[in-house]
Amino acid sequence: MRDHPTLVSFRRLAAPAALLLGAGLLAGCSGAVLDPAGDVARQQRDIIYISTALMLVIIVPVMALTAMFAWRYRRSNQDATYDPDFDHSTGLELVIWSAPLLIVIALGALTWWSTHLLDPYRPLGRVSAEKPIDPKARPLVVQVVALDWKWLFIYPEQGVASVNELALPVDRQVRFDLTSTNMMNTFYAPTLAGMIYVMPGMRSTMHAVLNRPGSYKGYSANYSGAGFSGMRFRLQGVDQAGFDGWVAKVKSAPRVLDSGTFLKLEQPSEKVPVTYFGRVAPALFDRAYQRCVKPGTTCMGEVMLRDQQAGGGGGGDPRLGTGMPAGRTSVPPPGQKPEGGLFKDDAGPTGTHNTVPKKKPSGSTAPSDSNNRDMSFLPSRPAAPVRAAV
Amino acid sequence: MTDHPRGDATRPSFYLVEEDGHDHGDDHAGGGTIVGFWIYLMSDALIFATLFATYGVMSTSYAGGPTPREIFELPLVALNTAILLVSSITYGFAMIAMQEGRLNAVRLWLVVTALLGIGFVGVELFEFATLAHEGAVPQRSGFLSAFFTLVGTHGLHVTAGIVWIGVMLVQLAQRGLVAENQRRLMCLSMFWHFLDVIWIGVFTFVYLLGVVR
Amino acid sequence: MSHAPTETSAIFGRLSLQSFPIHEPILIVTFAVVVLLGTGILAAVTKYRLWGWLWREWFTSVDHKKIGIMYLILGIIMLLRGFADAIMMRLQQALAFGGSEGYLDAHHYDQVFSAHGTIMIFFVAIPLVAGIINYVLPLQIGARDVAFPFLNNLSFWMTAAGALLVMMSLFIGEFTRAGWLNYVPVSNLQNAPDTGPDYYLWALQIAGIGTTLSGINMVVTVIKMRAPGMTMMKLPIFVWTAFCSNILVTAIFPVLTAAFAMLMLDRYAGFNFFTNDLGGNPMMYWNLVWIWGHPEVYVLILPAFGIYSEITSTFTGKRLFGYSSMVYATVVITILSWLVWLHHFFTMGSGASVNSFFGIATMVISIPTGAKIFNWLFTMYRGRIRYELPMMWVVAFMLTFTVGGMTGVLLAVPPADFVLHNSLFLVAHFHNVIIGGVIFGLFAGIDYWWPKAFGFKLDRFWGKIHFWGWVVGYWVAWTPMYVVGLMGTTRRTRYFEDPELQIWFVIAAIGVAIIAVGIAAFLIQIFVSIRNREQLRDTTGDPWNARTLEWSTSSPPPPYNFAQTPVVHDLDAWYDMKAQHAERPVSGFRPIHMPKNTGTGVILSALALVLGFAMVWYIWWLAIVAAVGLLAVGIGHTFNYDRDYHIPAEEVTALEDTRTRLLAQPAGATA
Repeated sequence: MRDHPTLVSFRRLAAPAALLLGAGLLAGCSGAVLDPAGDVARQQRDIIYISTALMLVIIVPVMALTAMFAWRYRRSNQDATYDPDFDHSTGLELVIWSAPLLIVIALGALTWWSTHLLDPYRPLGRVSAEKPIDPKARPLVVQVVALDWKWLFIYPEQGVASVNELALPVDRQVRFDLTSTNMMNTFYAPTLAGMIYVMPGMRSTMHAVLNRPGSYKGYSANYSGAGFSGMRFRLQGVDQAGFDGWVAKVKSAPRVLDSGTFLKLEQPSEKVPVTYFGRVAPALFDRAYQRCVKPGTTCMGEVMLRDQQAGGGGGGDPRLGTGMPAGRTSVPPPGQKPEGGLFKDDAGPTGTHNTVPKKKPSGSTAPSDSNNRDMSFLPSRPAAPVRAAV
Repeated sequence: MTDHPRGDATRPSFYLVEEDGHDHGDDHAGGGTIVGFWIYLMSDALIFATLFATYGVMSTSYAGGPTPREIFELPLVALNTAILLVSSITYGFAMIAMQEGRLNAVRLWLVVTALLGIGFVGVELFEFATLAHEGAVPQRSGFLSAFFTLVGTHGLHVTAGIVWIGVMLVQLAQRGLVAENQRRLMCLSMFWHFLDVIWIGVFTFVYLLGVVR
Repeated sequence: MSHAPTETSAIFGRLSLQSFPIHEPILIVTFAVVVLLGTGILAAVTKYRLWGWLWREWFTSVDHKKIGIMYLILGIIMLLRGFADAIMMRLQQALAFGGSEGYLDAHHYDQVFSAHGTIMIFFVAIPLVAGIINYVLPLQIGARDVAFPFLNNLSFWMTAAGALLVMMSLFIGEFTRAGWLNYVPVSNLQNAPDTGPDYYLWALQIAGIGTTLSGINMVVTVIKMRAPGMTMMKLPIFVWTAFCSNILVTAIFPVLTAAFAMLMLDRYAGFNFFTNDLGGNPMMYWNLVWIWGHPEVYVLILPAFGIYSEITSTFTGKRLFGYSSMVYATVVITILSWLVWLHHFFTMGSGASVNSFFGIATMVISIPTGAKIFNWLFTMYRGRIRYELPMMWVVAFMLTFTVGGMTGVLLAVPPADFVLHNSLFLVAHFHNVIIGGVIFGLFAGIDYWWPKAFGFKLDRFWGKIHFWGWVVGYWVAWTPMYVVGLMGTTRRTRYFEDPELQIWFVIAAIGVAIIAVGIAAFLIQIFVSIRNREQLRDTTGDPWNARTLEWSTSSPPPPYNFAQTPVVHDLDAWYDMKAQHAERPVSGFRPIHMPKNTGTGVILSALALVLGFAMVWYIWWLAIVAAVGLLAVGIGHTFNYDRDYHIPAEEVTALEDTRTRLLAQPAGATA
């Protein structure tokens, strides 16, 4: 009878586990993903619910049967049938393979349909479940540049820009154009429309709409180096009047975002406070993703044009950054691109181990303290470099 | 295992009293070595597949630098292709000689194969040196990185094959055509022909298509 | 941090006194402990004059059983290191709230999570799986060794050399901060000019050679060395799964090798594969490493599935339900695992049709996996289940893994992935399948085959604590991560702002503490079992009344495994032999032909380690010396034609007579 305690404890375990799971789900409901404020995120959440329900159709019986069989056919239960040669049953095998197959067919159909419907590159078909989109209304364009380690939002139509704050009018379609200057990041606004990668030399696109005013959190979801954890932004959902007010407020800011400011801004810094730029140089985003903000560098587009004439690239979609890139950018000025380790035999910075004593202990220090930054290649710089730069 | 044990119908035999130990060591698993080497070649082929795929992605990433049409010299590469193809034939002659047990013929054909291999690597190095002289170094663009890596990896394999032929020549001189050496010659044969097949891919997809594009 | 330009010297490369972490208390303490323990062990080995024995009987051994045990020891040691990293992460995340940044700065935290993933997959899971396959597979197919015994030894030592290189990065220089797959652009030269990514690349290239060779070895072993009568459809199911897993190894590791080689060229020679400029393409790297990465999951889980199958069949006292559908399921998974890699980055913008294809392909894998679950279920049905330790792991696995499978399919739905990708929900999912699937299976396998390897069972009491520690600890540690994932918390984050989240991370830290109890109990279990080995002794060689051939020989098996090669007539060959009262041969033994031990594998691996270290630190002269040495020793080895010997018939007879006497003892008596 020594099997009993084990099984009893299996059962004992089940109750708290279920409790924990249930509590977790309840708490999750108050969380961002399950409490969306935008129509796209709401549909994504519904997909999560529907697919989970579909899968539970098979998972719950399996888990119940496991517990039941494990209990019923224990050795000490001599009442249970023992059939050591029962190893095949065509009928059962049919069920075994077809039950998951049916679920997957259903899920597959759901996947195909929803993936196309919610493709971030596809303009929205509705503002919310109740409200279709006005075909004449142009979407608000927001250009997003991921810098090390902060978010830059450029509003080309309004001619303003902000760092780490994204304001959106509710019930208006937004088109994000996104790129990055150095690291690969993920633009992640869980309450709005999920996420998309932003990559240097590439342009991603995402369509979204916010339905509920409020203040939400945004993140970089893809680890991008030392300052990654602080790379967050605030998403402000406001009505149209509020949005106009916000634009006016930003416009009144004295800072101007031009090439020079941009180059200073793209230098690595952490926990950068919200910063507004009252004016933005034209086509700055295009130059950011074509990697030619620095004066004197050739834009990716020109390089690709030259490459195509020389017999390469092109063919498919002519728009830049939409397919596999042909020659991606111009030659950096001498010294900008690091030489390989093999060529570093005489002297030069080699980035040895970062163990020299720090001036202050790192850890819980004031926000944007330079001691928090630890990328070994970075020189020390004063706190809050953005303000200092402008 | 094909040798089924003999037991009478009512009481099958459960243990095999072998006359000689069955396959277990690499020196006696002759068939095993060939299968194993073949699987190794397949995994090596996947390294090349990865390099080909990478080249495919980067084949137009000139980054404003030189393009295939500007730098590839087809006649030189065609010569190199011919050299490598002929070396496969001469290796074939070595294998025929091995089947017939003619040791000196095996050695002669191996030397010829090695010389052709050296010629191939020599021409390739000449090509690389010319390219570098023209400024078409792998550091220049994604395309050139992928090109040098793919072609260079093949060249390194050929070099390894030449070293292997050298080792084989010493071992043949020491022991003649013993079973181990025959097996090694078989593996080397597969290796050499494999490099030939890869080169045909390189010639077609890198050089011919590069110039046609 | 500022970095004064350091001169790279001709003798020491970029290695300097500053490369040693003499200012970091945690590392200093760790180093002291390692030195103390290491000196203690070395002193003990020297005192008891064990060096010669270790070298002759273990390090140079080509016996698959000893190599298997060495793999397991390596895996367990590295598990302790990887778990220490896990504890540090959990503590950091439980503390770093509301303005506090915890106790780890980015420089360290980023290394810790990178090292945790790298070590757990490459130096814990792979060695443990390889160890069990090494030990069990030749025995299950009635073979005396693997196809290439020397390569087997070399494979182990290459893996060990890789592990050693990773461990060295703890005390000399630093490890990568670019995640467990060393992602670009974080690991590009311009973003990480330090030694971290170089340590990673060299360690994994060296270990990868070992794993690839081991894969080839096992595939050939199954193809060529099965006992007579063992057709492919009579292979034990564990052999099938190990076979498919090793086919995958030979098919995917070359891709990883090539991808790492390209990154090395970028970092060492300034090539432009994955750079941001000059036509490089970082996305290429992501694709290549995931073409390796997804099948790798199946490399690990398939053998675990095989272990569960063997155990279920043994402890239910039943034939495995649906053997052939199990085999087909395994093969289907093997093939499909190649077609799903893109689901690791749906959000990169591949377009809806591509995403749907990879999403649906991923779901299709759940069909054969589901079939497997059902097969275990119906093996239990109408069985007579004995809840020994291995069977307890199986039930825990079935209840845990189904949840992980469900969240996995959920993540395969692209719109769901668009909100859950790179969140802690994802992290919880893959820990759910890797702990609940792979790790539980490995512990089940260790509990199951331990008596075979050592001749005595593992202690049941401590085994249960081990079991409950892991099972309860897993659920307590990872359920909160599902929750915070749904709240939009991203992975690899060092500190948080939202104080509401903290409670979940505290619960998770408690869970890790419970797992720590489990791990401690595991070590105590081994210690107690060795101490009480006489009470736990099994003289029959078949303590579980099992069904496959490894149980037909003595425990531990003699060096030659089987005095006479078994002949197979049915699936579950040993069960068949018992049922038909096959008589064990007691005389008429012949000399047995066996491979000789060799030290070449150790020397080659040591040279590879030196090469890796020299390249990491830019010590070019040493790298050249090591590379030339590798070539010379490798070629020199081919001049050794004397690689085998015969165990004389008398020795075989003597060993077999001992077993005959033991078997004649009344059941339960101990020696």
